[in-house]
Amino acid sequence: MPTLAAGKKQTPRRQGRPAPELIFGDLWTYDPAPETADPKLKKRYELFINGRFVAPKSGKYFSSINPANEQKLAEIALADRADVDAAYRAAKKAYDTTWGKMPGAERAKYLFRIARLLQDRAREFAVAETMDGGKPIKESRDFDVPMAAAHFFYHAGWADKLDYVAPGRRIAPLGVVGQVIPWNFPLLMCAWKLAPALAMGNCVVLKPAETTSITALKLAEIIQDAGLPPGVVNIVTGAGETGAAVMGHPIPAKVAFTGSTEVGKIIMRSLAGTDKKMTMELGGKAANIIFDDAPLDQAVEGIINGIFFNQGHVCCAGSRLLVHEPVADRVIAKLKQRMKVLRVGDPLDKNTDVGAINSKEQLARITALVKSGVKEGAEMFQPACTLPAKGWYFPPTIFSGVSMSHRIAREEIFGPVLSILTFRTPEEAVEKANNTAYGLSAGVWTDKGSRILKMSTELKAGVVWANTYNKFDPTSPFGGYKESGFGREGGRQGLLDYCRLV
Amino acid sequence: MNAGQSASFRRLFDEVGPVDAVGIEERVAKYTTRSIKKSAKLWGLKTAVTMVDLTTLEGKDTPGKVASLCQKALHPSDDSTVPPVAAVCVYPAMVRHARRALGPGAKVRIASVATAFPSGQTALVTRLAEVRRAVADGADEIDMVINRGAFLAGEFAEVQDEIAAVVAACGAATLKVILEVSELETYDKIRAASFLAMSVIRPGDFIKTSTGKTTLNATLGNNQVMLEAIRDFYLDTGTAIAMKPAGGIRTAKQALQFLIAVKETLGDAWLNNKRYRFGASSLLNDLLRQIEKERTGAYQAPYYFSEAAESY
Repeated sequence: MPTLAAGKKQTPRRQGRPAPELIFGDLWTYDPAPETADPKLKKRYELFINGRFVAPKSGKYFSSINPANEQKLAEIALADRADVDAAYRAAKKAYDTTWGKMPGAERAKYLFRIARLLQDRAREFAVAETMDGGKPIKESRDFDVPMAAAHFFYHAGWADKLDYVAPGRRIAPLGVVGQVIPWNFPLLMCAWKLAPALAMGNCVVLKPAETTSITALKLAEIIQDAGLPPGVVNIVTGAGETGAAVMGHPIPAKVAFTGSTEVGKIIMRSLAGTDKKMTMELGGKAANIIFDDAPLDQAVEGIINGIFFNQGHVCCAGSRLLVHEPVADRVIAKLKQRMKVLRVGDPLDKNTDVGAINSKEQLARITALVKSGVKEGAEMFQPACTLPAKGWYFPPTIFSGVSMSHRIAREEIFGPVLSILTFRTPEEAVEKANNTAYGLSAGVWTDKGSRILKMSTELKAGVVWANTYNKFDPTSPFGGYKESGFGREGGRQGLLDYCRLV
Repeated sequence: MNAGQSASFRRLFDEVGPVDAVGIEERVAKYTTRSIKKSAKLWGLKTAVTMVDLTTLEGKDTPGKVASLCQKALHPSDDSTVPPVAAVCVYPAMVRHARRALGPGAKVRIASVATAFPSGQTALVTRLAEVRRAVADGADEIDMVINRGAFLAGEFAEVQDEIAAVVAACGAATLKVILEVSELETYDKIRAASFLAMSVIRPGDFIKTSTGKTTLNATLGNNQVMLEAIRDFYLDTGTAIAMKPAGGIRTAKQALQFLIAVKETLGDAWLNNKRYRFGASSLLNDLLRQIEKERTGAYQAPYYFSEAAESY
């Protein structure tokens, strides 16, 4: 710390006295500030096929649970093979008769309408998203819902300019596509998948994750209100078997999957030998690299945002912190301090920073991996926080003294758990960052512009953020290297994955 | 700038570390999304009242104006649960009038902007004489400006020597060092200047954002940079420096956002008027308006709480 100009009067450094501490106590506790907008949930959600809500042929339903209090929110139709088949036939018919023939400028009108209707009902959607998935209301309100609308707006703008997607080439839609999305950003992933497919003139069968189907089906209401021709978008709900039916059906020309690397590999295996196009957006174990010349307080903010955003349920989460040895102690001390003011609890409270873990299964997985971290000798820190008695919660957790041989440094935890490693030279940082099966994202923190450029070319990651983390924009392509998948979503590159060159 | 000066710049900035402007603004934007309700809001509003340095710094200040300001400072509201403010802040010529109005040993302290406020562009002896006179007239606190000319020219030793000289001239009076952030312009420089000042002032002395006489004054961004500097300095040396944002904080909502920044950066020990102040004039009536709204559940007619400090 500063010694400043030599020979000046200095405040004496503390000697032998206890280390000064900051007190983050209960002098000024915030009163509960629950978001009260009505999520307008139905008791029962049917399948959305051919522009109508229809009961599943099997007559079976499953429950969607609020992870914040373990209460049942609604029952969701369970689609089987026959339902998926009906959805694909509706999509094929829509492609052949209406959507595939419609000029881009006309398609754009529908997409603009969906975006605006989503904005109109933003609060309602934010509350529904938070209740269904457990993420803090401030994130669904300020990130998920506005970003979902932004994706529809952006791609609506492309719909009549598709001649410029691949300059010098002519392009055509693929036809019908099948899409399976995960539970971490239910509505936003719908938008990421639907908007480019629709803008390009494709028709869609989409399956949301079984724990978070509600906002997808609410989006179906908006699609109905927007007057989209029947069959252009079909939403079928269910678990793994339904997903396998969506991926394995003969009609779709392409399937797109976002989820775990494990399931991605199963899908790829099952489709080997077919002529289906595929895009896969899979897991990650991103390195967030802090150099000694970085703006440390902002870097700490970036670490927090990188790993605790959405309880760490983010495929591009900065789950491995690589910190330059000279500043490691300082960064860890600042990080611990910052974690003490994180507010963990009721996701519907507007002041909550870290909400509920999406499902009991995920909580069990996080708990098991954290236990393995402790067992393998890494040093764990969790700030003191009282978790609600009911519901699935996990406190923000960091592990220091982690090495690449620890499980917590290699496996995707998908929870609010950070593993901290150190490095000595930039080369070592790159080596450690790339020493993983994944390659979705990375972060670099330094005050040196040249180092940012060098690192970003050497890091094998689809996205490299410099002096920031978890920034998204519809104009920017997103996707992975290696076992984090292939194909891009967003931007011009994302559109290319939903067309063929003719 | 000669080689020695540019080296001293580099050395100082290397020591205190850089600040990323985009990052700091993202951080403070999160404070504005905090939702403070009911008893937490009332506590925040009343605490903010106790932190106000009720200020009048005009060429047209008169003993009468200062007397009414003092009255307002002692009894901000008819509501007896509303505490007095921390201090009145006046030009040196008005200190004796303020002392007469408040009486000796008043609950409200007298702060005075000495050292050729706001520019500071006179000889050091003149500035020191002004400080001594203000203290002799009864000022409890001195708000000084740093020598921005020297700072921007890289003459850090001169800046520190001058602050140290003012510390000596203050005697028992508390010192507040105004960095005048809008003239330093970058967050890097604000952080560096904070450290420069903190290393020569005493525990309990303040660093302060601005004079209120330039276009850009206290913002959540520069408040945050200075709070983080105070935090790092405290954790490193054990010396607790206080903070005063001044200028541009006009609404209760803003004041609560600044207090949230204090709570989440420095913690409970800084949530009092010995460690945190607001330099403001029209803020007080908005705080009172909101306190009354919390009490009665309704906003009062606008003429109950004037926006203009002239009507105190």
